[in-house]
Amino acid sequence: MLIETTGLTKAFGGLTAVDDVDVGIEEGKITAIIGPNGAGKSTLFNVISGFHSSTNGKITFNGEDITKKKAFNIAKLGIARTFQTTNLFEQATVMDNVVIGHRLRTKSGVFDALLQTPRLKREERACREKAEEVLTFVGLQKESDRLVSDISQEAKKRAAFAVALATDPKIVFLDEPAAGVNPEETGGLVALMRKMVNNGLTVCLIEHKMQMIMELADHIVVLNQGKKIAEGTPEEIQNNDTVIQAYLGGGEEAADAH
Amino acid sequence: MSMIKRNRIALIFLLVALMAPLFTDNQYYLYIVTLSFIWTIAVYGMNLIGGYTGQLSLAHAGFFAIGAYSLGLLTVDANVPYWFAFVLACLITTVVGFFVGLIALRTKEHFFAIYTLCVGYIIYLVIYQWDELTGGVRGLIGVPPPSPIGPISFESAESNYYLVLAFLVLVFVFMKFLTESLIGRTYVAIRNSEELAQTIGINTMRQKLVSFVISTFLAGLAGALYASFVRFLGPEISYTMTTFDMLTYLIVGGIGTLYGPLVGTFLIVTITQSLQFMEEYRMLIFGPLLVFLVIFYPRGIVGGIQMWKAKRQFKKRQKMKRTSSTSTHEGGD
Repeated sequence: MLIETTGLTKAFGGLTAVDDVDVGIEEGKITAIIGPNGAGKSTLFNVISGFHSSTNGKITFNGEDITKKKAFNIAKLGIARTFQTTNLFEQATVMDNVVIGHRLRTKSGVFDALLQTPRLKREERACREKAEEVLTFVGLQKESDRLVSDISQEAKKRAAFAVALATDPKIVFLDEPAAGVNPEETGGLVALMRKMVNNGLTVCLIEHKMQMIMELADHIVVLNQGKKIAEGTPEEIQNNDTVIQAYLGGGEEAADAH
Repeated sequence: MSMIKRNRIALIFLLVALMAPLFTDNQYYLYIVTLSFIWTIAVYGMNLIGGYTGQLSLAHAGFFAIGAYSLGLLTVDANVPYWFAFVLACLITTVVGFFVGLIALRTKEHFFAIYTLCVGYIIYLVIYQWDELTGGVRGLIGVPPPSPIGPISFESAESNYYLVLAFLVLVFVFMKFLTESLIGRTYVAIRNSEELAQTIGINTMRQKLVSFVISTFLAGLAGALYASFVRFLGPEISYTMTTFDMLTYLIVGGIGTLYGPLVGTFLIVTITQSLQFMEEYRMLIFGPLLVFLVIFYPRGIVGGIQMWKAKRQFKKRQKMKRTSSTSTHEGGD
């Protein structure tokens, strides 16, 4: 297991958003986390990526305990994530947004800028090369000079992927990567996620589009009201009575409603 | 060659600034322009933390005053050699800035603005009330002019003008290097989204603190220059209104732009001076002007020009695309 949580709990006052959750994310696989709205999926992401400190429990990455680590240190270990809202800087170009993604692998500071040191020049070149590489990977090399505000929603999603990939991650957490994107474009994003896994990355995503999940995921974890109610392969989840009751609202056909 | 071309606007500014004293014998004009250069340095400080890093600090008049009073007290009361006192004044401001930043930056957005506003007011109160040290409301009189560096003395208005200009050029070059580098991009990333910045591995607290400390250093530097230029210090330089004056310069010129502080400060300071006959009625012009700018040009004059340029370039490119696509339309999609 690349990432493993044991008894992970996060409470906001009286509300337990994540309740005693054990999740294992296998290396080189696509793990999906599903569940109805308010199930605690995003909170789980936030706790693993260090945004929120956990109330209880433990998170390990490659066997190393990362429970108490801060978000920027977790990113340095090789855990990247995207947000539901892409959070990109709309008034800047795609390239400018992605270049900064590699910043965590550089060391230059204010004095490097003041003295215009070779190290700064070298690292700026490295960031640009990395950005070009990941933009090509996600298929945005042609859009790299356009403003983020001028590109499509799908392209923004790809750009957000690119920012995450520029950090040289081992695992990428994607929070609803296909939200607000039409079915055709969803297919493109699915292909991109497959491509990421084929390149040795591990992917973990939250998604509401059931068809896409069933087609894409190797392993599915189902949350409901903060608790893990099931996990398994897509077939197992589709035939799990608890999941059908809690999440799909009783009927098989509801699975295709999205 | 290309370096000259890329920086031609800055070089034109510099050339005009270097020649200016040759064209006027009016000491008063020179005085006003020198003063506007000093404020520009302080506004650059505000621009770094507020414009680039996105944390609006309203304590900068306070830091300006700490720099000014440090220099004044060290030279007048402690008889410290001028340039040594000058360095110390910047250092003291920076150290105070560090400790204030350490606490203030734990707050965010408007809470940060309110917190720093309070810090600025406390600095004002301390200067105002601590009579034995600062002279309180009577102020501090007789701050010496900069002592000569080798053969160059700073007694005349011209020499002071060039001294301040030299510092402004240094600050400008520093800001240019900083904001156009990876470090400047890091600050902009924090301004854009602190959450995203953290997830891409940026230690936002540390970066904000560095940015804040540099910005207080610039305010202190401006304060020290001010003290030995005006040679009299009163507590009102640390008052909240001074911060808002600086903020006005920044907003009019263009918050988060490299040329904004230069343009905004120069324009407002000179216009204010030339409208002196209108007394407080000046505000009838400045008020609506500011509202107009904030609504239509949120990034000030410089930001407006940049946007206009970008749009023109975009249109040009579109036109080129259209002509090239009509000529090869048979191969189109």
